[in-house]
Amino acid sequence: MLSVLRRKAAAAAVGGSDAMLLGGRLRKSCAAAAAGLRGYATAAKEMTVREALNSALDEEMSADPKVFLMGEEVGEYQGAYKVSKGFLPKFGPERVVDTPITEAGFTGIGVGAAYYGLKPVVEFMTFNFAMQAIDHIINSAAKTNYMSAGNISVPIVFRGPNGAAAGVGAQHSQCYAAWYGSCPGLKVLAPYSSEDARGLLKAAIRDPDPVVFLENELMYGERFPVSAEALDSSFCLPIGKAKIEREGKDVTITAFSKMVGLSLEAAEILAKEGITAEVINLLSIRPLDRPTINASVRKTNRLVTVEEGFPQHGVGAEICMSIIEDSFGYLDAPIERITGADVPMPYAANLERMALPQIEDIVRAAKRVCHRSVPMAATA
Amino acid sequence: MSAAFPSVRAVCRPGSFAGEKRGPPPAAASGKLASGFLGSAWKLRFGALPARRRGSSSVVVAVSDVVKEKKPKRSSSSSSDLLITKEEGLELYEDMVLGRTFEDMCAQMYYRGKMFGFVHLYNGQEAVSTGFIKLLKQEDCVLSHYRDHVHALSKGVSARAVMSELFGKTTGCCRGQGGSMHMFSKEHNLLGGFAFIGEGIPIATGAAFTSKYRREVLKEADCDHVTVAFFGDGTCNNGQFYECLNMAALWKLPIVFVVENNLWAIGMSHLRATSDPQIWKKGPAFGMPGVHVDGMDVLKVREVAKEAIGRARRGEGPTLVECETYRFRGHSLADPDELRDPAEKAHYAARDPIVALKKYILESNLASEAELKAIDKKIDEIIEDAVEFADASPIPPRSQLLENVFADPKGFGIGPDGRYRCEDPKFTEGTAHV
Repeated sequence: MLSVLRRKAAAAAVGGSDAMLLGGRLRKSCAAAAAGLRGYATAAKEMTVREALNSALDEEMSADPKVFLMGEEVGEYQGAYKVSKGFLPKFGPERVVDTPITEAGFTGIGVGAAYYGLKPVVEFMTFNFAMQAIDHIINSAAKTNYMSAGNISVPIVFRGPNGAAAGVGAQHSQCYAAWYGSCPGLKVLAPYSSEDARGLLKAAIRDPDPVVFLENELMYGERFPVSAEALDSSFCLPIGKAKIEREGKDVTITAFSKMVGLSLEAAEILAKEGITAEVINLLSIRPLDRPTINASVRKTNRLVTVEEGFPQHGVGAEICMSIIEDSFGYLDAPIERITGADVPMPYAANLERMALPQIEDIVRAAKRVCHRSVPMAATA
Repeated sequence: MSAAFPSVRAVCRPGSFAGEKRGPPPAAASGKLASGFLGSAWKLRFGALPARRRGSSSVVVAVSDVVKEKKPKRSSSSSSDLLITKEEGLELYEDMVLGRTFEDMCAQMYYRGKMFGFVHLYNGQEAVSTGFIKLLKQEDCVLSHYRDHVHALSKGVSARAVMSELFGKTTGCCRGQGGSMHMFSKEHNLLGGFAFIGEGIPIATGAAFTSKYRREVLKEADCDHVTVAFFGDGTCNNGQFYECLNMAALWKLPIVFVVENNLWAIGMSHLRATSDPQIWKKGPAFGMPGVHVDGMDVLKVREVAKEAIGRARRGEGPTLVECETYRFRGHSLADPDELRDPAEKAHYAARDPIVALKKYILESNLASEAELKAIDKKIDEIIEDAVEFADASPIPPRSQLLENVFADPKGFGIGPDGRYRCEDPKFTEGTAHV
């Protein structure tokens, strides 16, 4: 039962000096440990993103009773995408709150709870629906610490799937990374693997500022190996740090969320053709890890940014500008951005495929930047 | 057409309601007031309110007394004053069977991979769509949300067009670009098809606003077009709903708000989500009649619809109609539907609107079994034809990706050569890949 002891100690360490809570937490951290043990026994340290999110939320809610989850279908339905599976019997309806369908209302309630001392996790069934609540995310959450000069901080997490799924049409498929990424006062995170999901969600919940946590529906079922360190309940990833998923020296490819997977596959294909691509998993859209990206581009001299969202004013545009500001002299070719098409997402399967970046697009762009030796190429 | 529910016996004088605070409201108060704040007439006998919704039809006053009186007679042999003619009966039957058969075919096609994404089926709720939409003209508008296939079919969009749309083919009513949740038709004035619940309500209110505007500002004297907005119980907790009830009543817009209360919003029971589950009561709070009707009975729905649509057409303003109905299938084809009590499902399955209408038609000798079977067969053929058509239709060409983003494609801006990009014939070919 060594792992149980380790978890208890970790939980105690995390919770600080509040010995009174330890007793209550003990029961819960044992349950968490048991779940973790089951994970050890069966999955041999592999976890789906869904399980990672579930375990991270579970541990944070167990560790701090101020953390609660609210959203549509999070309780009895166990989460629209089953991320909060098992939570209702464990934490009860006061901490796993099924809301009516009123994003503006319940988001406002969450922000108000954060103003007054709790640590809500607000789940949106998709970030498209968060548009009904965006006034509260931006005006009530993001701007408040500033407007109140530190009087009121807003330790809230807004999470949910972002970006396209499969055949769900224009109103269910938008990527909001660029919109939220442009707003001061927000922290915007986008995990890729299960470890990312665990570490970033825990960091987000512990963070005293509003965090927009962009998941991806198609990634929920993807399985990744997880290190022993990541399974520890105190595991946290730093906010604002990108991760180099694959090293290379010919071209830098930046991506986030699902696109990291595509970029890694593109890098495999490129490697066979003699081009080694360095793939950076941004992890944090805001703050953007500019030093890491710049350092990489200074090494490779070429950059391709990949994102699923709309092209104009996208994440790639911001990265491009960052390079121009800091590393212009190091560029051997113009920066290429691969984005979703500049159209609302069509429903038809073949059109949807055309509207989203595919591996071939990334490969072609990487080749273009590698073979172009004159920066001012003819108009494409 | 009579200006009131046939059952009205007492004349409702404005200002008489203040004196009627105690005791049961007169039967005539069932929604029939041409003036004044209808809301104040709806005094509830709180003690008599049932704890559960079922069996509440005797208390809630809004159901037409004609229909209530007819109900016991229905099971006996034909009475002389039937609610519908034979033609109407067959039309209603055909429309409901079309909806049901179409949705069943959708389920089959989905599991075979021909359609994808989110598909929300309407089985069990056909009485509401048929009851309302079959009373509308082509120029009247219908607004729906994601459970919109049957609204589209009732409004007149062909089964072929809807099926092709679901298959993602270019012959679909939205050329494959919209999908299951986004059915639009300018010809039939089906204004959507929305993924967000509540989104259609302000749009519907706007369409009603346009009707009124055309009559009063543009002086189109004969513009009496009505808008009918369909939405569910979950939507009734959304702010937009209340904002629009207010404005529609304030400006007396020609709109009918139809709540398809099937008790469930995905897995969230209406009773868990709503402080006061009786949605029809929210109408009077804003100054419009609120009517509750048995949504599993197409004839009752039709009676109420006639009155509500008539009110709107005459310029008397909006009505809120709550239809008690049920979806036989899960929220969507991806929903395991584990939370609903099988007893509840069985209760409503026994009230299948199509079975009920068939029974009424046969018992009233409006038509024969053979005629109804012929309709069943005809619908089967229509649906099979729709599937074949959709299968055989082409997928959208690459060039379609950039079409229809704007009504004026100059919105794509000026290209490097100084001309508008849309003027380049190769525009849609080349830049689809960003």
